[in-house]
Amino acid sequence: MIRVGVVGLGKMGLSHLAMIKAHPDVDVVAVVDSTGYILDVLSKYTGVTTYTDYQTMLDSVELDAILIATPTRFHGPMVRSALEHGLSVFCEKPLTLTSAESMSLATLADEKGVVTQVGYHNRFVGAFAEVKALLDAGAIGRVTHILAEAYGPVVLKPKGSTWRSQRTEGGGCLYDYAAHPVDLLSWYAGAPIGVGGTVLGSVFSENTEDEVFSTLYYPSGVSAQLSVNWSDESYRKMTTQITITGTAGRIHADRQEVQVYLRDSAPDIAGYDRGWNVRYTTELTDNVWFYLRGEEYSAQLDHFVRRVGNRELADTNSFASAVVTDRVLELLTIDAQAGPSTVDADAVVPTPASTKRRLFARRG
Amino acid sequence: MDRLLFGDNQFFGVNHMSEEKARAQAMRFQDLDAVMEVLDIAYDEGITTFMCTTHERIAQIAELVRSNPARYSDFTFYPGMPYAHKYADAVTENGMLGAVRKFLPEEGVMNAVVRGGTSIARKDVEGLITLLIDAEMAMFKGLSTPVIWLQNVVVDLLLGLGFTDAFAIFAKHVRKRYGAEPGFITMNLPSLLDALDDAGIENPIVCSNINKLGFRMSGGIEAYQNALTHRKFRAVAMSVFASGAIPPREAIEWVSEQANIESIVFGASSRANIRSTKQLVDEFSGQR
Repeated sequence: MIRVGVVGLGKMGLSHLAMIKAHPDVDVVAVVDSTGYILDVLSKYTGVTTYTDYQTMLDSVELDAILIATPTRFHGPMVRSALEHGLSVFCEKPLTLTSAESMSLATLADEKGVVTQVGYHNRFVGAFAEVKALLDAGAIGRVTHILAEAYGPVVLKPKGSTWRSQRTEGGGCLYDYAAHPVDLLSWYAGAPIGVGGTVLGSVFSENTEDEVFSTLYYPSGVSAQLSVNWSDESYRKMTTQITITGTAGRIHADRQEVQVYLRDSAPDIAGYDRGWNVRYTTELTDNVWFYLRGEEYSAQLDHFVRRVGNRELADTNSFASAVVTDRVLELLTIDAQAGPSTVDADAVVPTPASTKRRLFARRG
Repeated sequence: MDRLLFGDNQFFGVNHMSEEKARAQAMRFQDLDAVMEVLDIAYDEGITTFMCTTHERIAQIAELVRSNPARYSDFTFYPGMPYAHKYADAVTENGMLGAVRKFLPEEGVMNAVVRGGTSIARKDVEGLITLLIDAEMAMFKGLSTPVIWLQNVVVDLLLGLGFTDAFAIFAKHVRKRYGAEPGFITMNLPSLLDALDDAGIENPIVCSNINKLGFRMSGGIEAYQNALTHRKFRAVAMSVFASGAIPPREAIEWVSEQANIESIVFGASSRANIRSTKQLVDEFSGQR
C-alpha cells in the first residue's frame, strides 16, 4: 500500500481525495486543509485523520507520497518541504508561479530520486494521446502550425471572492486555464524559442485577465497560436481544442473525438485511410478503477501511484516537463506587457466617451 | 418503474461523442417549444416518465406540465439532483461554504437559517443535505415524482470519500418528505452497491452505464454482469448505445439479454429515433 497525504480541499482537492481514496493500492493517511469546516465534516463522517497545519502533518505521519491541490502560490514551499522529507509529489497545475522555482524543485526531486507529477490531465485524455501518437508516427508530415484553444464559463461577472480571481495567488485565465492548452503545445511541439503578440485581456475581471491570445515560435519554422477565453458561457463546460496543420494532412481534436484528414502524400498509418478519419472517445478511452469526472483524472492519479510503486516506469507530466509549460506562461506574461511590436504612428486613439463611467469603475 | 424512461441530456447540449453535435442540440433546444415537442412525441409513444436534472429550464417544463393536467395526466418526473454545474460554478466563484449558502431555499428563510445554521455549527450535515434537497425539489411541487435520483457526480464523490452516511440521509429524506424511492446514479456500480449495503439501504434503485462496449463501466463488464446476477438491487441502464458507438439494434439486443435490468433510460431528439427505440425494446423485452 502506498501511503498518501492530501493537501487542500477545494474543488480539485476534494475530487482528487475521492479518487485516490478509492484506489486499491492507496491508503490515505492524512488530509490537510487550513479551513476547519470541510475538514471537520470529513473527519466526522469518513474517519480520515485531519490536520490544519501542513508541517505538523509532515512531521507526524509516515508517508510515501503527497498530493498538493492548494492555491498555486502555496505550491512552491509545500512541494519543497515534501521533497525534503523524501516524498514523491503529485502537484496540481501549474507547478509554481515562476519557472526558476519550478526548475529548482525539479532539480531537488531528481537529487532525492522521488517521483513527481503535475496535474495536466489532458495528457491522459484518449483523444489527445492519439494526437501525440499520430504526430510521433509522422502521420501529417512536417508540422507547420498548431492552434491551441480553450473556452468555457468560469468568470461571468466582475467580482469573485476566491483566489482564482487574484493574479497574485495564481488565479487568472493564463495560469488557471490557458495552462492546459499551453501544456498540450509543450507536449506536441516542445519548448518555444519565443512568443509574440500576446494579449492578456479582461472581459469581466478587475484583478486579472479573462482572455489569452498569443503566437508561439518553435524551431524549424513551426508556429502556434493560442486562443483562450474563460468568460464564455456559450460553452457548457471547458472545451479544449487542438488543430494541427502539416504538409501531409490536418488533425483536429477535443476530448471527445479526433478528426484526421490525410493527404495522398501521408505515410501509411495503421487504422487510418487517406481523406477523413474520425476516432471517438468511446474507442480511445480505457476504463479506470474509479470514475468521478472524466477518465483522465483517474488515469493520471493511477499513473502516479504506479510510478511511486515502480520508479522504472516512464513518466508523464514530471516536474521537468511542467517547467517547460511554466516557462511559457512566464514568457506570455512578459510579452503581454510589451504591447504591439509594430505601431502605427498615424493611428488616432479615441478618448473614453464618459468620465463618469470611469469614476464608477474606480469605486467598484 | 416503466421499462423505458426518457432522459434529458440531449436538451442541454450534453453529448459524449461530439462537441459539434452537442452544440447543434443546444441551439435547437434553446427554445422551450422544441423541447416540449420532443417530450410530447415521447409521451404520445407511451414513454411517460421523464428522468431529468434540476436544470433551471426543467422548472419551465414542470410549469407547463402542471398547468395542463388533462394533457399530461400520466406525466411522471424522476428528478436527478443536484444539477452539478451550477454548484461547481458557485464553488469556483464563492468557495465551498459560500456556494452552500447561495443555494439555501429563499422560501422559509427562518426555517432554512435554523436548519442550515445549526447544522453548519454542529458539523451535522443532515440538516444541510435535506435543505439542499428541498431547494432542488421546489420546482416539482404538485407533480408526480415517485423516484428521486442523486446524480452520479455527487454519488461518486461521496462514494470515493467514503461518506456513506449521506446516502442514508438522502434516502430517508426523499422517502419521508416526498414519499419517493431514492435512486442513485453511478459510474462505479459494483463498489456503490457495497456502499449502499453499508448504509443500510435495501434493494436500492441504481442507474449506471450498461452497454456492450463496456464504456464507462468502472470495474469492467464482468463485474457489472456479476452484480446484475447476484446482487439485490433495481437496475436502470443508461448509455446503452455508448453515445452512438453501438448500432441501436445490437445495443438493445445485448442489454435485453442482461439479467435483472428493470428499466432503460435513453435520450433522443426525433420521432423516428424515439419510436424505433421503443419498438426495439418492446421486441427484445417480449423475448425475455
